[in-house]
Amino acid sequence: MSAISELSKLSTRRALSPEDRAARRKEASRDNKAGYLFLLPWLVGLFAFTLGPMLASLYLSMTDYNLIQTPSFIGLDNYARMLDDARLHQSLRVTFTYVVVGVPLQLALALAIALLLDKGMRGLPIYRSIFYLPSMLGGSVAIALLWRQIFGTTGLVNQVLQLFGVPATTGYVSDPQYALWTLILLHVWTFGSPMVIFLAGLRQIPTMYYEAASLDGAGRLKKFLTITMPLLSPIVFFNLVLQIIGAFQSFTQAYVVSNGTGGPSDSTLFFTLYLYERGFTNFQMGYASAMAWVLLVIIAAFTAINFFAAKYWVFYDD
Amino acid sequence: MTELATARPRAGASIARSLAKHLLLIVASLAMIYPLVWMLVSSLRPTEVIFRTPGLWLNELYIENYIEGWTALARPFDWYIVNSAIVVVGAIAGNLLSCSLAAYAFARLKFRLRNLWFAIMLMTIMLPFHVVVVPQYIVFNNLGMVNTFLPLVLPKFLATDAFFVFLMVQFIRGIPKELDEAARIDGAGHLRIFGQVMIPLMVPALATTAIFTFIWTWSDFFTSLIYLTSPDMYTVPIALRSFLDATSGSNWGAMFAMSIVSLVPIFFAFLFGQKYLVKGIATTGGK
Repeated sequence: MSAISELSKLSTRRALSPEDRAARRKEASRDNKAGYLFLLPWLVGLFAFTLGPMLASLYLSMTDYNLIQTPSFIGLDNYARMLDDARLHQSLRVTFTYVVVGVPLQLALALAIALLLDKGMRGLPIYRSIFYLPSMLGGSVAIALLWRQIFGTTGLVNQVLQLFGVPATTGYVSDPQYALWTLILLHVWTFGSPMVIFLAGLRQIPTMYYEAASLDGAGRLKKFLTITMPLLSPIVFFNLVLQIIGAFQSFTQAYVVSNGTGGPSDSTLFFTLYLYERGFTNFQMGYASAMAWVLLVIIAAFTAINFFAAKYWVFYDD
Repeated sequence: MTELATARPRAGASIARSLAKHLLLIVASLAMIYPLVWMLVSSLRPTEVIFRTPGLWLNELYIENYIEGWTALARPFDWYIVNSAIVVVGAIAGNLLSCSLAAYAFARLKFRLRNLWFAIMLMTIMLPFHVVVVPQYIVFNNLGMVNTFLPLVLPKFLATDAFFVFLMVQFIRGIPKELDEAARIDGAGHLRIFGQVMIPLMVPALATTAIFTFIWTWSDFFTSLIYLTSPDMYTVPIALRSFLDATSGSNWGAMFAMSIVSLVPIFFAFLFGQKYLVKGIATTGGK
């Protein structure tokens, strides 16, 4: 059960019979105190570090606040200012490109490799480890530095191109035309963790389905389309939702590769990078909070669209 | 004769297909890890050689990169490793304790509003950190905790990494209820059931949590960047990034050497913990 199917299950709980209810009430009274005691650290954390700050940031988003003077209420001015903020628009363009191109490419590769890695095939654990490793390292500063070198003017990519007689004059991370694509490539490189989830999902498909289909004379493609895809679709959906949410929040790689600027010419200015610059370099806490809420709304909208579209392509057999 | 002729190509085709598949996977694997291996090899080359050697052959072991990198910043590199280790140990302890307590409550205890809290917990897994980071920063700033490790460690003791709560809930649900009911009949209270029955049974889930926390905290950049502004408090990722300013981003030999140093702990955590990582990711991500 993934977090997502848990959520949808909770909303469709069936009604309880009166006896059930009485029994539950009796037991509930016994556990109530213990339940809240065990939950106490989490509850404190929820209010102190999540719900409280959320409300505070909603208020701050309607203020002008620089950490030193007291916040002054300015209504929706911060949001209005965003409409004229050209760099903010640029940061949205960059982030959308990254999410809309990077996530599907990464998931497609994850699925393709997972399908190639059959159950019980020779060398499976080794292949899996090699493909999984980059997703454990990909978020680190070390890998971002490596990327900066590989796609630099004298980097590995240009060195290889020169072997083939291609003159290398430009560095990809310093060319506004390519810089974002090096980051998208880095995202695709970390396809290992969705791949592991796909592998776990593939393992749950009963082999008898395929055997029955073979008896009916179904070919590989037919089996893929009528068995694998429908049964794997909830997992594709799960990966899609989580990867989109994650990709919108990417920060480290763009920050390190552009050395904190989002450059060249703002071509890697992720929304989170711009938010960081406004909030923690310029200390415009009000504007940064408003940006955070815009990010939340965008992510929520993407997630809602995903859930809505899921009705048409995600298959639940129960 | 005709039978043989039709049977043979089929077997041949299957072998050919298997070979082609392995070939494809091997090429893909090599492409995936080549940059990593190249970085490792390059960390043992002088910088001017790095600029013109795409291959993996080493003529000499240029360990000067490691010596230079270790001492290039205001403090020797082990200083930053210790800082990171403090944060990592704190984060692991916090996550293990607070998440297991919450998970036990969600999975085994019945209390009012449980489903509501559980739904909220699930939703916080998907909440972007940026929505809470500004007020959190303001609070920690007012408490005088900026430039200490507390903002990085304290929230972990309050189960803010809801992903691990969910992971442990999933795991506890798989433990037969008879085990804790037996203890309850023997008169054990919840704290004893939790400590003496559940915790020993939860070791695999705790290991998964510890390893994920280790890897994520060790490479965490954003929170350290915000809260740790004085060079003496830098963790490894922030120290590593500051190489770009300290050497104006040109001393790739030293940078690669320290990058390798920073990746070694993650690599070993991955190597020895992979079983738990795969299992953890499968139980929370699976259907």
